[in-house]
Amino acid sequence: MLLLLTLPLAAALICLRAPLAVGRTVTAASGAASFALVLVLVPAAARHDIDYLRVLRVDALSAVFMLATGFLYAAVAVYSIGYLSGEGAGHMAGRRTRMLWAGLNLFAWAMLAAPMTSNLALMWVAIEVTTVISALLVAVEDTDGAAEAAWKYVLLASAGLGLALLATIFAYYAGSQVLGQSYDLGFTQLLAVAGRLPHAAVELTFVLAVLGFGTKMGLVPVHTWLPDAHSEAPTPVSALLSGSLLAVSFYAILRFYQVTEAAVGPAFPRNVLLVFGVASLLLSVLYLFGQRDVKRLLAYSSVEHMGILAIGVSFGAPAALAGVLLHVLAHAAAKGNAFMGAGVLVRKLGTKQISAIRGGLDLLPWSGPLFLLAVFALGAMPPFGLFRSEFEIVAGGLASRSYVPSAILIIAVTAAFLGLAASVTRMLMLPLPRPAAPVPDRVPVAARSVAEGPGSAQPGTDVAAPAAPLALTRGEPSAWMVVPVAAGAVALLWLGLHPPAVLDELFARAVALLGGGAS
Amino acid sequence: MSGVVAATVAAPSALAGGANVIAVGVLLAEFGMFRQALLRDQVRLYAAQSALISALAIVVAATRHLPDLYALAALSFALKAVIVPVVLRRMLRGIGAIGGDPRWSDIAGSHALSVASAVLIAIAVAAFGFFTVAALGLTSPVLPATALSISVAVILVAFMLMIVRRDVISQAIGFLSLENGVSLTALVVAAGLPLILEIAFLFDLLVAVVVFGLLIRVHHGRAESMSTADLTSLRG
Repeated sequence: MLLLLTLPLAAALICLRAPLAVGRTVTAASGAASFALVLVLVPAAARHDIDYLRVLRVDALSAVFMLATGFLYAAVAVYSIGYLSGEGAGHMAGRRTRMLWAGLNLFAWAMLAAPMTSNLALMWVAIEVTTVISALLVAVEDTDGAAEAAWKYVLLASAGLGLALLATIFAYYAGSQVLGQSYDLGFTQLLAVAGRLPHAAVELTFVLAVLGFGTKMGLVPVHTWLPDAHSEAPTPVSALLSGSLLAVSFYAILRFYQVTEAAVGPAFPRNVLLVFGVASLLLSVLYLFGQRDVKRLLAYSSVEHMGILAIGVSFGAPAALAGVLLHVLAHAAAKGNAFMGAGVLVRKLGTKQISAIRGGLDLLPWSGPLFLLAVFALGAMPPFGLFRSEFEIVAGGLASRSYVPSAILIIAVTAAFLGLAASVTRMLMLPLPRPAAPVPDRVPVAARSVAEGPGSAQPGTDVAAPAAPLALTRGEPSAWMVVPVAAGAVALLWLGLHPPAVLDELFARAVALLGGGAS
Repeated sequence: MSGVVAATVAAPSALAGGANVIAVGVLLAEFGMFRQALLRDQVRLYAAQSALISALAIVVAATRHLPDLYALAALSFALKAVIVPVVLRRMLRGIGAIGGDPRWSDIAGSHALSVASAVLIAIAVAAFGFFTVAALGLTSPVLPATALSISVAVILVAFMLMIVRRDVISQAIGFLSLENGVSLTALVVAAGLPLILEIAFLFDLLVAVVVFGLLIRVHHGRAESMSTADLTSLRG
C-alpha cells in the first residue's frame, strides 16, 4: 500500500530529471506496477478493511475506484509512448514532453491517494492536487484553445473545491458537536457517531459537497469546464480526466453520502443526487446530437455517464448500487478506450472535426474497429460491461419503485447511443472524399494544415509534422497506441460477460457500506 | 446585525464584539477588492484581509486556550499576507502589469457590469448569505454565530468577484479570497481542526497559487492582455 503511494511519485521525479527515453520506460513500468499492486489489494479489500498508519484506509468502496484508476494509469502510460513519440518536434518541445510524463505520474499518484485516505480533509487535499496538476496538463500543448480551457478549468474547479472545502469544514463542525473540539475528521469516526450529528449541519455539508465535488465530477449545471478541458487536453490526459478523475470526485461524494445517509436518513441525499443526475443526463444527451468535435462528443458522454451514476445511487437498491460500482469500472475502461481510439483518429487525420474525419475503418485496421467497439460499449450495447451495469441500475430503480427516473434513464441512454453512434459511424464508415482536402476548421489544432498528398511519407509513420503533406495510407500510427485499447476492450468484454467472483464480493461489501437496501 | 447577536448571546462580550469587528473588516476588504481599479491595490487588499484573519486566529487562540492556533496564525500570516502577495506582485511586475504599461495595470474596465450595479448586486448576495446562514441556527462555542454569517457573505462576494470581473488577476484573487472566507468559517466552526490538516490546506493553497501564476503567464503570453473577454472560442 505504501509502495502504491510512493511508486508514481518516484516515477514523476525520475521523469523530471532523466532523459525522455528513461522517463517513458519508468512511467510505463510504474503504471503496470501500480495496477498490479491494486490487483493484489482488491481481493484483500473484498474481505476486510485495511487500516494503515491511522490516515490510510482501503475498504471495498475505495478499492473499486483504485481499480479504475490503476487500470487507466497503466493503459495510458503505455499509450503515451506511442502518442508522444509520434509527435513532431515542432509541435511539442522536449521540455513540455518531459512535463507531460512527470505530470501523468503525479496526476495518477494524487488520484490513487484520494481513495486511500480515511481522512476527509486529506481527501480534499488530494483532489485539489489533482486539479492543479491536471490543469497544467491541459495547458501543456501550447495552443490558444489549451490555454483557454486550462484557465476555465482551474478557476471553475478550484472555486468548486472551495465549496467542497467549506463542506469539509462543516463536516468537521458537525462532528465536533459529538466528538469534541479536536479530532481527526476520519469518516469512520463520523460514521460511528452519525446518529447523533446535528441534522442541519449535515444537510448543509452534503449539499455543499455535491455542488463542490460535483463541479469536478461534471454534474450539470457545474459541468461547463469539462468539455473544454477534455477536448483541448492531450489525449492521454483526456482519458485519465474522463475515466478516473471524474470517478474519484464521485468517490468523494459517496463518502459524504455515506455519512449523510447514516445521519439524516436516505431520502434527503438521494433526492439531491437524483436532481443533479437527471439534469446531467438530459442536458448532456441534447449536446451529444449535433456535436462537431469528436473529443467534445466524448466529453459530453462523460457528463451523461456521471448523471447515470448519480441517478443509480439515488435509487438506493442494492442492485442499483452494485450496478453503479460496475459502471465506474466499465466506464473507465470504455471511456479510456474511446478517447484513445479517437486520439488515433485525430492523429491520423489531423483534425478533431467530426465532419472532416472519414473512412476510419479503411485507414486504421486495428484502431478503427476498436474505437467502434468502445463507442458501442459506451452506448451500453449488450456484450459489454456498461450494458450489464446499466441493466442492474435500471433493475434496481424498478425494484425501488422509482419508475419515472428509470424511464427517463432508459430513454436518455437510448438517445445518447443514437447520438454517439450517428457521429461515430459517419467518421468510421463513410469513405474519405478522395481529392478534396478536409475543410480546415476553427479549432486551433488544425493550424497544421491538413492536405492530402499520396506518396510522400512511409506508411505507419507519424503524420503530425507541421505543414508536411499527409499520406493517408492504411496503417496504425503506432503499435503502442493499439495495445492498451485492445486490453481495454478485453476488460470490457470480461466485465460484461462474466465478471470475476472477487468483484462480486467486493461490490457486495461496498454496497453494504453505502447502506444498500435500507430505504 | 446587532439583533442577531442579541438573539444568540444576551449582551455581546468584548471578545464577541472584537471578533465581529474583525469579521466585518474582512468583508469590507472583500468589497474593496470587488470594486478596486488597480491591480496593485487589489493585491494589497488581499494581504490586508489575510492579516486580519491571522489576527482573529490569535484572538481565538488567546481567549480559548488553543495553542495550535498561534502556530496556524503565524503560518497563515507568513504565507497569505507575505509570500503569496509578494509572489503575485513579482509576477505582475515580470509581465509589466505593475509599473509598466498602464494598459495592463488598470483593470477598472474589466467589470462586466457597471461598478455601482455590481456592488449593489454583491450587497444583495452578501445579505442573502448572511441571513440564510443565520436562519440555519448553527452555533459555535468559540466565536459568535454572526462571524459565521459574515464569513459566508465573504465567500459569496468572492464568487461575485470571480463572476463579474473579466481579467485573470481579479479572478485569481477572487479564488484566493474565497479561500480566506473559508478560513474565516473554519475559525468560527472548526477552531479545533488539527494543525496538520490546516498546514496541508495552506500548502495546497501555495501549490494552487503557483499553478495560477503559471497559467496567468501562459494566458498573458498568448493573449497579450489580462482580459478574459476573448476566451470565448470554446463553446457548445
